[in-house]
Amino acid sequence: MVKVDGSGGQSSLIQVRDLDKTYRRGGEVIDVLQGLNLDVEAGEFVAFMGPSGSGKSTLLNLLGGLDVPTRGHITVAGDEITHMSGGKLTEWRARHVGFIFQMYNLIPVLTAFQNVELPLLLTKLSKAERRSHVETALGVVGLTDRMHHFPRQLSGGQEQRVTIARAIVSDPTFLLCDEPTGDLDRKSADDVMAIIEELVGKHHKTVLMVTHDPLVAARASSILHLEKGVLVEGKHTSQATLAGGAA
Amino acid sequence: MKFARIIWANLLRKRVRLLLTIGSFAIALLLFAFLAVVGDAFSRGADVAGADRLITINRTSIINLIPLSYRDKIQRVPGVTYVTHNNWFGGTYIEEKNFFPQFVIDPENQRQVFPELLVPDDQWSAFLKDRQGAVVGAKTAQRFHWKIGDRIPITTTLYGVSGAWEFNLDGIYHGKRPQDDETQFWFQWDYFEERVPQAVKGQIGWYVLRVQNPDDAPRVAKAIDEEFANSPNETKTETESTFAANWVKQFGNIKFLIISIGTVVFFTLLLVTGNTMAISVRERTSELAVFKAIGYSDRSVLFFVLAESLAIALIGGGIGLILARILIPILADLLNGLLPSIILSPGMLLFGLGVAILTGILSGLLPGLGAMRLRVVNALRRV
Repeated sequence: MVKVDGSGGQSSLIQVRDLDKTYRRGGEVIDVLQGLNLDVEAGEFVAFMGPSGSGKSTLLNLLGGLDVPTRGHITVAGDEITHMSGGKLTEWRARHVGFIFQMYNLIPVLTAFQNVELPLLLTKLSKAERRSHVETALGVVGLTDRMHHFPRQLSGGQEQRVTIARAIVSDPTFLLCDEPTGDLDRKSADDVMAIIEELVGKHHKTVLMVTHDPLVAARASSILHLEKGVLVEGKHTSQATLAGGAA
Repeated sequence: MKFARIIWANLLRKRVRLLLTIGSFAIALLLFAFLAVVGDAFSRGADVAGADRLITINRTSIINLIPLSYRDKIQRVPGVTYVTHNNWFGGTYIEEKNFFPQFVIDPENQRQVFPELLVPDDQWSAFLKDRQGAVVGAKTAQRFHWKIGDRIPITTTLYGVSGAWEFNLDGIYHGKRPQDDETQFWFQWDYFEERVPQAVKGQIGWYVLRVQNPDDAPRVAKAIDEEFANSPNETKTETESTFAANWVKQFGNIKFLIISIGTVVFFTLLLVTGNTMAISVRERTSELAVFKAIGYSDRSVLFFVLAESLAIALIGGGIGLILARILIPILADLLNGLLPSIILSPGMLLFGLGVAILTGILSGLLPGLGAMRLRVVNALRRV
C-alpha cells in the first residue's frame, strides 16, 4: 500500500522522508515540497495529481535522481540516493530508473531500434544480446514491425511506445512517467496506458506517474494529490464513473 | 565501436552544414600545406647546406665580383681542403618565362665540393672534354624534355654578350636526398671566360670551399677575410647555412609572414568549427539531457561532442592534405626555378594532421564542457 504519513516499513521499495525542495527565483524563496513522506511498495502503480506548479514534476525528478533535495532522504531498493555523487547517481539511474517523458524525447537521427538500444550500450551485453533485448522490448509495446523507422516516420502514439520500450529495455527497478499521455489523442493515450497497465499487471513493474488527466490517473492503483508541498491521498474514482461523468 | 553509429548519425544530421565545415577544414589545411612547403623551400638552403662548406663573396655585395687570383691564396689557408668558384649567369631558355638557375663552374673541384649532387662518371668525363658542355639537374631536364646530346641555347643580358650562348648537354645530375636542388644548370668556366668582355675576365662571383673540420669553420673564415683585408676586393666568408639564411632575409621575414598567416588561418578555423559545434550542441540540448537522464555520464556527453568535432577535423583535414598531395607537385612545376624544389614531406603531413586534430579538440572543447555541465532538469524544461 502507498503511504504518505511516513509510517511505511523498511520493506517499501521507495521510501521518502521529510523531503524539502526549495527554489530561489531572484530574491524570492519558493518552497515547492515541504516535509514530504512517501512509501511505495514494489509492483504499485501510483499517479500524482495536482495543479500546475504544485511540484509534481519536481517530485518525479527527485525520485529519479535528476535533482537533489534541499533536505530529507530518498531510499530506493535500499540505496539512499540523496547523498550520492553526480557520477554515482548517473550509474544508479542507468540501473534502476526508466523514464517516460511527455514529449517522447527520442533521438531523431536514430531509428526506433537504435533509440531503444541506447541504455544497453552502457552495459557489457554483446551485440546479439542487445538485439534480443531490444526486440523483446519493442515486442512488449507492439512495434517490432517499426523497429527500423525513424521517429519522424512514426505517429505520436508510436513514438511514446518507443519511449516506453527504451524505458523498460534495461529492466529497471521502477518507471517514472511525466505526463505520458499529455501530448496524445484519447485513442493513443488509451493504447499507451494499456501498455503501462500491462507492465504493472503482467511484468510487475513499479510505476510512478504524473498526470493532469483524471481518466489516466484513474487507471493507477493509487492516486496522490500534491497540495501545498505535501502529498495527500486522493479518492480513487473508477474509470467508468469518470467516463460517465465526462459524457 | 558501439558508439560510432550515434556519432555518425549526429554528424549527418545537418548535411549542408557538415559539408561546409568539412570544406573549411579542407581549404584551411590545403592553405596550411602550401604555406608549409613555401616556408620550407625558403629555409631549405640552410637545411641542405653542408656543415663543412663555406662561401666567400665580395664584402660589398654578392653582385660585385672578386678576382680569380684569390683562389690559390684561399687554398693555402690551413684547414681548407677544396675550393671551387661560381658565377651567376642569369639567362633564359628561348623565352623569358623559361627561367632556371645557371652557374658557371670550375669543373676541377665541383664534385668534391658538392658531393651530394651526383653525375655519372662517363657523363662527367664527356663534360670535362667539351668546352661548350653543360650538366643540368634532373628536374630542369625533365621540365624541358632535354636529353644527353641536345643543343641548348641560353640568352643572358648580364655580361654584354649579344646572342645566345650554345651548350651541349653532356650530363644530368641527381641529388642524393629529396631536398637537394635538381634545377641548376652548370657550364664550364673556360667557355665563359672566353666570351665575356675584358672587364669581366678573371672575375668570379663567389668561392665555395670545404674545410677539413666543420668546427674549424669560424677560424678558416676569419683567416680568409683577414688575408684580403684592405685590398680593393675585401671578402666576406661565412658558412653556407648562414649565407643561405641571409639570402632568404633579402626577401623579407618570410618565416614571420608564414607563421602570421598560418596563425590567422588556425584561429579562423577554430572559430568556424567552434561555432558549428556550439550551434549543434545548442540545438540538441534536450537530446543530450535525455542521454544523461538514461544513464550516460557527463564524460560520455563530452566524448560525443569531442568525437564529432574530431571526426569533422579528421575528414576535412584529410581531404585538405590529400588535395595538397595532388596540387603541390603541380605548383612545384609551375614555380620551377623560382624557388628551390617544393616538397610536401611526410613530416609536414603529420604536422598538418596534428594541427587538424588540435583544432578539432579545441573547437569541440567549449561546447562539450557546456554539454557536460548541462543540468538535466533545466535542459528537459527547454523542450
